[in-house]
Amino acid sequence: MADLINLIEGWITNLLLGWGASEELTLFLLQALGSVLVVIICFLIVIALIWVERKLAGRIQDRFGPNRAGPFGIFQSFADIIKIFTKEYVTPKGAEKGAFNIAPVLAMASVLAIWAVFPFAINVIGADVHVGVLYIVAVSAFGILAILMAGWSSNNRYALLGASRSVAMLISYEIPMVVSLLVPVLLAHSMKLSVIVKAQQPWWYLLVAPTAALIYLISSMAEIGKAPFDLLEAESELVAGYHTEYSGMKFGMFYVAEFLHQFTVGALITIFFLGGWGGPLAMRWPILGVIYFYGKSFLVYLVISWIRLSLPRIRIDAMLDLNWKFLIPVSFVNLVAVAVADRVMLELDLATWMYVGVMFAVNIFILLASLFLAGKSKPVVEREKFPPRPVAVPPGTES
Amino acid sequence: MQSYWIYIGIFLVVAVAVPIVAVALPALISPKKPSRRKEEVYECGIETTGNIRVQFKSQYYIYALIFLVFDIETVFLFPWAVSLGELPLFAVIEGVVFIAILFGGLIYAVRKGALVWY
Repeated sequence: MADLINLIEGWITNLLLGWGASEELTLFLLQALGSVLVVIICFLIVIALIWVERKLAGRIQDRFGPNRAGPFGIFQSFADIIKIFTKEYVTPKGAEKGAFNIAPVLAMASVLAIWAVFPFAINVIGADVHVGVLYIVAVSAFGILAILMAGWSSNNRYALLGASRSVAMLISYEIPMVVSLLVPVLLAHSMKLSVIVKAQQPWWYLLVAPTAALIYLISSMAEIGKAPFDLLEAESELVAGYHTEYSGMKFGMFYVAEFLHQFTVGALITIFFLGGWGGPLAMRWPILGVIYFYGKSFLVYLVISWIRLSLPRIRIDAMLDLNWKFLIPVSFVNLVAVAVADRVMLELDLATWMYVGVMFAVNIFILLASLFLAGKSKPVVEREKFPPRPVAVPPGTES
Repeated sequence: MQSYWIYIGIFLVVAVAVPIVAVALPALISPKKPSRRKEEVYECGIETTGNIRVQFKSQYYIYALIFLVFDIETVFLFPWAVSLGELPLFAVIEGVVFIAILFGGLIYAVRKGALVWY
């Protein structure tokens, strides 16, 4: 009972070996089974999350939310799936067929692929690669490619403008995200996700590096593309952005990918800042670790939903300014400060609680100082300082 | 060690295959009644005229260029961050100088007005 997952794994291994399968084949089948299991759990979670999100949105916005299909409307998502399965695929004329069809698959695959390296518990780890953090950053960048492909291939002005605008935003917000990911890597001295989780067992990195956690939360909210950063699909300006022309399950893939990405961000924040599978008795019963992992991810998911349901959309120039003129400088200053403080305290050889206290103080100081400086700086109307210059003037129209 | 990468390979195949199945399955059961009206490009009810692949501002391009610089910088910083505990103090300071130089580049770009959205 101590270790349910390894028990099942050992049972399947023995069964297959007993049937005469070679060891390589057994390993291959186990890995295939594991990956299918993780992907299916992801889909089931999304089905549940869509209902939770809609119900929560209803409550926050003072309405009921889904309440017709089943008790409290819990079958609403299943009804939606059945409906969306029977919808006709419409391909607009002049669309690039190849890219148009690949984009929804790529959007979903890029989010799913992140789950390959997650440590779910102390002994239930997907692939414990040495470059786990880099893998996550690299794979999640494919989502941006999917958006650009969808926008370009749809042969629609709104889709094209929405896609190029959102790509400018997504690649910008990738920088503070990656730089704040450097802080847990630096503190754990490893890019292995299992080592990062183990390193923060008594003291979560939320306490050691709160500024990095905050920057990571903000920039990954922008990466998800939900309010207050939902410029990808600003209805009043761009119809539905890059997926205007998609119908049926192709649209459904983008929709599911968005929800799964939000949950994935919750899982990533759990791994990097909230101690992953850590919790009381998680060392003894790894199955508890899995529950803690999913539970913490769900809590972060709810916090992100809460933020997105409370704030209005931000204008694009304000959003890019927030990134380039606030988040990136702060994240770099924070990185340098944490690196130097970590190094200095390594020389001093302090007790752990003193180390955590000093780190917390340094982080909070940087956060408050940067907010103070940003509040004091005068707003510069840069559009007046740098008026737009025409790049190319059609011949015969020069003044 | 190698089996981890095999697992990632299997996982990637599954992660691509599942969405393909999810997209392909409705194609078998959903109605197919294409018409000229339905395949029109959506533009708020009016008919689309002119070239649809419109020109857009070169501003996107400048953002992408500056992004590229910082993205490569962060990739270089990962090994530095991993081995920070074993590095001599000089190497730590070198990393800080490296960040400071690129930070200067960011300030230059801001001062030049490269990061203004029109």
